Amino acid sequence: MSKQHVTTTVNGDPTEFLAAPGTTLLDALRDELGLTGAKEGCGSGDCGACSVVVDGRLVCSCLMLAPEAEGRRIETIEGMAQGGRLHPLQQKFLEHAALQCGFCTPGFLVAAKALLERNPDPDETEIRYWLAGNLCRCTGYDKIVRAVMDAAAEMRQVRRAS
Amino acid sequence: MPQLEYSSPSTADDAVRALAAAGGSAKVLAGGTDLLVQLRSGRIRPSVIVDLKRIAGAVGIREEAGAFVIGAATPGAVLGEHAALSKAWPGVVEAANLIGSTQVQGRATLAGNLCNASPAADSVPAMIAAGATCVVVGPKGRREIPVEQVPKGPGETSLAPDEFLLEIRLPPRPPRSADAYLRLIPRTEMDIAVVGAGVSLTLDAEGVITAARVALGAVAPTVILVPEAGAALVGSRLGDQALEKLDAAAKAAARPISDKRGTVDYRTNIAGVLARRAATIAYQRAESRA
Amino acid sequence: MTDVMDRPALRVVGERPIRPDGVDKVTGRAQFGADFNLPGMLVGKIKRSPHAHAKIVSIDTRKAKALAGVKAVVTAADFPDLASEEVEAGEAAGNLRDLSMNCMARDKALYEGHAVAAVAATSAAVADEALALIEVVYEVLPHVIDVEAAMAPDAPVLHEGLFTKGVEPKPTAPSNIAAVNKLGRGDLAEGFAQADVIVEARYTTKAVHQGYIEPHACIAQYGQDGQCLVWCSSQGQFMVRTYCAKILDLEAADIRVIPSEIGGGFGGKTTVYLEPLAIALSRQSGFPVKMVMTRDEVFRATGPTSGAVVEVKLGAKRDGTITAADVVLKYQAGAFPGSPVGAGSMTALACYDIANAAITGYDVVTNSPKVAAYRAPGAPISAFGMESAVDELARKLGMDPIAIREKNGVVSGVKAVYGPTLRDIAYKDTLEAIKSHPHYSIPLGPNQGRGLAAGFWFNIGGESTAAVRINDDGSAVVATGNPDIGGSRASMAMMAAEVLGLPIDQVRPVVADTASIGFSMLTGGSRVTFATGMAVVEAAKKVVEDLKQRAAQMWEVPADKVAWENGAAVCLDPEKPAAKPLSIAAIAARAGRTGGPITAEVGLNAQGAGPGFAVHLCDVEIDPETGHVTVLRYTAAQDVGKAIHPSYVEGQIQGGVAQGVGWALNEEYIFDAEGRMENPGFLDYRVPVASDLPMIDAILVETAPNPRHPFGAKGVGEVPIVPPLAAVANAVRDALGLRLTDLPLSPPRIRAALDARAK
Repeated sequence: MSKQHVTTTVNGDPTEFLAAPGTTLLDALRDELGLTGAKEGCGSGDCGACSVVVDGRLVCSCLMLAPEAEGRRIETIEGMAQGGRLHPLQQKFLEHAALQCGFCTPGFLVAAKALLERNPDPDETEIRYWLAGNLCRCTGYDKIVRAVMDAAAEMRQVRRAS
Repeated sequence: MPQLEYSSPSTADDAVRALAAAGGSAKVLAGGTDLLVQLRSGRIRPSVIVDLKRIAGAVGIREEAGAFVIGAATPGAVLGEHAALSKAWPGVVEAANLIGSTQVQGRATLAGNLCNASPAADSVPAMIAAGATCVVVGPKGRREIPVEQVPKGPGETSLAPDEFLLEIRLPPRPPRSADAYLRLIPRTEMDIAVVGAGVSLTLDAEGVITAARVALGAVAPTVILVPEAGAALVGSRLGDQALEKLDAAAKAAARPISDKRGTVDYRTNIAGVLARRAATIAYQRAESRA
Repeated sequence: MTDVMDRPALRVVGERPIRPDGVDKVTGRAQFGADFNLPGMLVGKIKRSPHAHAKIVSIDTRKAKALAGVKAVVTAADFPDLASEEVEAGEAAGNLRDLSMNCMARDKALYEGHAVAAVAATSAAVADEALALIEVVYEVLPHVIDVEAAMAPDAPVLHEGLFTKGVEPKPTAPSNIAAVNKLGRGDLAEGFAQADVIVEARYTTKAVHQGYIEPHACIAQYGQDGQCLVWCSSQGQFMVRTYCAKILDLEAADIRVIPSEIGGGFGGKTTVYLEPLAIALSRQSGFPVKMVMTRDEVFRATGPTSGAVVEVKLGAKRDGTITAADVVLKYQAGAFPGSPVGAGSMTALACYDIANAAITGYDVVTNSPKVAAYRAPGAPISAFGMESAVDELARKLGMDPIAIREKNGVVSGVKAVYGPTLRDIAYKDTLEAIKSHPHYSIPLGPNQGRGLAAGFWFNIGGESTAAVRINDDGSAVVATGNPDIGGSRASMAMMAAEVLGLPIDQVRPVVADTASIGFSMLTGGSRVTFATGMAVVEAAKKVVEDLKQRAAQMWEVPADKVAWENGAAVCLDPEKPAAKPLSIAAIAARAGRTGGPITAEVGLNAQGAGPGFAVHLCDVEIDPETGHVTVLRYTAAQDVGKAIHPSYVEGQIQGGVAQGVGWALNEEYIFDAEGRMENPGFLDYRVPVASDLPMIDAILVETAPNPRHPFGAKGVGEVPIVPPLAAVANAVRDALGLRLTDLPLSPPRIRAALDARAK
């Protein structure tokens, strides 16, 4: 069977691409759509570097076939900043030095955003367990957890003010 | 090299036809968290992948006269968000939610965990303890079988190549009943269970256990139901003596292997430890449901 | 060189600005090794040995070559058969012939996963099919992986031509012991004779992997003119150029290596695996070739660090004075000689002033992947043994673990056991920082324990080049030749900004390719902020001199009448009272009329990297029924000289601790009976996840700035991985009342020890 036509929404935009049936969503994003923010660290769902959100669910894009994306809404790291403005999580990762090599960073940000959308006030333990599927070998997680807590606090404040 | 096909039927009958047409070389896709890893490693080389997610009812949870019916492609995260299910079957839900990461929870399913037939599958001891059944669909129609009849050995199920699991049913719950699941892993997350233990029990008004089921994972070629362990609890208020008997019964039932994740001795000992601890949690949960 | 440091106040250095490459990395825009593509690119893949040790009888590539879509197939026959030659590449020195044979097996496969052939094809699927069509006939040989088994006289021999170096008389039979090295001083027998108390134990560690999240990746494009472009993720673009030139017998000038962002390395990307193969495939096919490893390949075929045996015997007087230390280190090198046992030997006793000491190190080849550098290579292993032994000694003497280290610890002016006299060190201040930290006195609960351990790492300097260029609007570009592995662009920009007097956001740092900047040793050895930082500062100072010169021209005053203050030239000539300070922008605007572009490039060989010391404190709780260890608290103090960007220094410490905790508790290479790795993935090779760790309190000790660096910086990246193995093990010892000497301290091992005690 030749490549399959897939119609989907990526970061709010209607998007079409062709993919061989065995292609993962990660490969389609990276190779067909040029969205290389999602990374392959393991290809087996153990590192979280390929995290994306599909129909509101945080998933590993390496564990999803590209044809499964038909009709789905996909959000990637490339859609996180709005125009010229970084998302508060992105800003806090920078301020807290929550990245060193930066390879795992897109996955952490996508996962952390999904957490704060469900739980605007997570404690340290909740953050650590939510992010346990995102491996970071550089930071020891300390500054990542602090950045997420700080971003959550700031987002709560903004919400209260508005 | 044969090309892989992807099929996403919208009815169960179409799915059966697709499986039958492939003559045994098809693979069923629910959450895909095991299947995609196997595909990539080359361990499996199917000719067609039949995705269940577009079949009506395959994703979602419905209540039927006190029972819960869970569609085969329902991800673990959905179970965790279902308040009534989480209240009735906390052990099954916590077991399902231990599988992999948050990301894996967004995809991995009970049915997939069961049909992958790993002896270490986290949700399976909890489902077996719960007395869960599953609805299997094939060319001859539907049949309902206990969960423990699905796995035959590591990676092997009792399902025919043209059959698939459509839904999982958790029975209605008597009052003062509860379940619990615990596993041992070296880290705090992300590992495969070295040992898993699921316990489901029912108490009478005095706190005496009237029914109990105990299932163990990763201590045999399949997840096992341990009737002796359940029997050790019945008639007790989960005192030290009952816990000791439970520990002994769990250890006696364990016939594990030594591998990269644990030794025979360790797994045997931990089977007893986790059975006791899971029973204690289940008992406390049941007691609190006065 | 301390003039800059003597400034009354630093404006940028020591602050915590946002890193200049940060936005690219939080938006997904940063391009790592696998994120780059070229038109017409082929996919390259590698066929690997399924055997741990086998003679390659024949390789038949005809069927693979005939497959439609296959554009190139290479084997060892496509690479020159090199002579044995040692190459210098900073911390990653190695033997050229071994390096070549590690990239592509010649005659023998020496470990499971050893490359035996490579293909380039129009798609990954075709490449995979081609690999399956390559027919390799092996004669399987007995293998050996355990280090002591490999040392045994009857062990299967990996290299018929390998004779142990460092023993007299020269051996006549080949051996897996590549070298024996000894160092020490004093009289060991006399030292032990003086001792009132002796402790002696044997410690073991397993091979562990650096575990960077980004797999190795590269693209090579070899043109018909012999010009070659390589885009890759590595710790050193010049290292890649040198190695590829040597392995393929090319001119360095014909290879241009463009560094991508690097997704972690920790020493593991200080060598080449894919690049020479990709070039060879591109040369044969005429197309660019992209190669990306899978995680499985990363584990099976790239460098872990050694599994090892460490034997330590210590003697001490009642007052705690250590009178003698006898240390024996046996390190796996993997398939070719070159374990980090030398550095393990030199660091083993570096925290201690011991009169009588002997250290013997064995470098042992084994049928496992050739080890690569891993963060303070060799030091965590020997420190695990030594710091565990010191803990036991303190217990036997009834001494506090800090007190025994204060009693025997090195201070400035002391000659280290490994040779040099230590200068400007703050080891004792680092001990004091832990002693006075609240963590040291928090009460422990049941099944809890506290462990302390110290660590040392040399840090290195070496050759670096930096260029500072002033743009026409007065902003600046800083170019260096060092891949930024953990935020070094931030520190480069900060140091340049400090010297120039520019705001940090007007200084853009870049990592330049091999054709665009002078030679720089790779990013490793904790050398970049120190050595490359010195080059940046020197280049910035040159620029400042040039700017002053031009201001003098503009004012028509002698150059010595111009000073540089707050980023502007100030006229000191009393005859020009109206001359207002000239900003860099004002001078840059006139550059065309004052001599042209304002730019300076400095290459230097930095000497005097200050060694680093660390003291770590760890609390654990153990579940006695399951043997599961929870790390409750962790505090790490480190002698850092002066932190240029404190957040990234803390980050280095926290990251090193996390890796060390993983090494101590759960990480290990597991091999089956055939010598095949059983856990080549992040599922069963268990690096710490976020929920495994507590916050890690990093204390920066800045009482001994490095006088050889303009701002006092010492290397900081490596020493934090040295103490954790023993800190965790000592905490487990404290909690259990039982010493476990074999890593990892996994739950089954702890439960087994408890069961054995109960019997």
